Amino acid sequence: MKYALFLGCTIPARARNYELSARRVAETLGIELIDVERFVCCGFPIKSSKQFSAELLSAYNLALASEAGLELCTLCSSCTSALTEVAHELGYKDESQLAAVNSHLGPLGIQYSGRVTVRHFARILIEDIGLERIRKSITKDLSGLRVAVHYGCHYLKPSDIYGGFDQPEEPTTLEELVSLTGAEVIDYPGKKKCCGGPVLPVDERVALSLAKEKLDAVHEAGADLLCLVCPFCSVMYDGNQKGIENEFGVNYGLPVLYLTQLLGLAMGLDRKALGLNMNVVKTKDLMKKIPE
Amino acid sequence: MNSESGKHRVRAKLETRAQELTERLELQSVRSCYICRTCTSSCPVTFIDPRFNPLAILRMVLYGKIEEVLNSDFLWLCTSCYSCQERCPQEIPIADIMTKLKNKAFKLGNAPVGVRAQMDIIKKAGRTYPLDDFDNKKRAKAGLPELPTSCDVVKTLFESETESLK
Ligand code: SF4
Ligand code: SF4
Repeated sequence: MKYALFLGCTIPARARNYELSARRVAETLGIELIDVERFVCCGFPIKSSKQFSAELLSAYNLALASEAGLELCTLCSSCTSALTEVAHELGYKDESQLAAVNSHLGPLGIQYSGRVTVRHFARILIEDIGLERIRKSITKDLSGLRVAVHYGCHYLKPSDIYGGFDQPEEPTTLEELVSLTGAEVIDYPGKKKCCGGPVLPVDERVALSLAKEKLDAVHEAGADLLCLVCPFCSVMYDGNQKGIENEFGVNYGLPVLYLTQLLGLAMGLDRKALGLNMNVVKTKDLMKKIPE
Repeated sequence: MNSESGKHRVRAKLETRAQELTERLELQSVRSCYICRTCTSSCPVTFIDPRFNPLAILRMVLYGKIEEVLNSDFLWLCTSCYSCQERCPQEIPIADIMTKLKNKAFKLGNAPVGVRAQMDIIKKAGRTYPLDDFDNKKRAKAGLPELPTSCDVVKTLFESETESLK
């Protein structure tokens, strides 16, 4: 199984722990991730400012994948939605739009045919690898852990571009994947709420308040960790957790792990190989709850 | 002036204005809104900051107060989370409309500094967090492949687009 790995902007610079753990988990499961050096930003960060430019960036990346003859595997949920939306738009809906996009790709010597599939790593795990095969590679029982999952927005929405993957109002895929590790998945209020990341450059207070709401709920529910699938969300909950604690006079000390880090631990992979030393909120105490 | 006909004229003017806007923004669907408030009660931002209210924004646009929306400081608080759009019983693409409104505000120069900075950096570097040699050293140390530190493609893409808009 072979995919072009789309890292986007945030991961290579600020979430190397996600990248490392995803690569290690992929290796363990026999997934081949191909690096395409020429990928650029997916366009998501400028969609609110200039949608057409954003779509051009997506289309350029899609064209590179199609040139390589590969499906796209994404790790960031925002990249997933931006690329999927454009793939959907250009593939199924609008021929004139495809022509317009290609006229701009022309000067770069590349054209898009309108047929590339984009899927998030977690979705590939569910759909192409399957829970049973993943279960077989699990060697450690994490039943000592209580895990809260955070879906975030663009892993599931807008649902009309995701061809029936999971259910945006009652999603289950992350619970299914986390349960494979033996950990207990716990519920908490506001599970489907947004991390607030996109408004960080607009109004920091609003963004941090959104993140705080979830940290409050997860902390209250007694979770050992928050598990997520997007580097943007991680910036809000892990990267900014200390800032939220200071700003609002609260205290969480809540480790935030990527799904791939949690799966990797259950696969017996080394803590450092999974980049756990790079998580902002320390994970040392958490390790005590995991069998050697 | 006959106050009845005055009212008519005002209403007619409002209607034409609303129509113009709905056409330009492809907002036809907004007319089917039956004010159930599902959007607003689903909006995580309204919950935190009532200055922001998706239903109110849709109403303002429909009733000719679009300038007020485009000049507001609240429009940009939308996180594009799609909660409203997923749940609207009339299938009004609310989040997509918010994006269109933000696009318009950006064109008018009404985007927050942080948003403009993001655009500038992507135009220049092709990514929101440009990589330098130091990043690549850290990547190499972690056993990750090196990535390009500059990107001319994005410049070409933006140039070709600006060219075609002239
Ligand atoms: S959810 Fe839809 S129909 Fe209900 S108030 Fe909002 S826009 Fe109108
Ligand atoms: S997309 Fe925007 S308006 Fe709609 S619920 Fe999310 S933040 Fe609110």
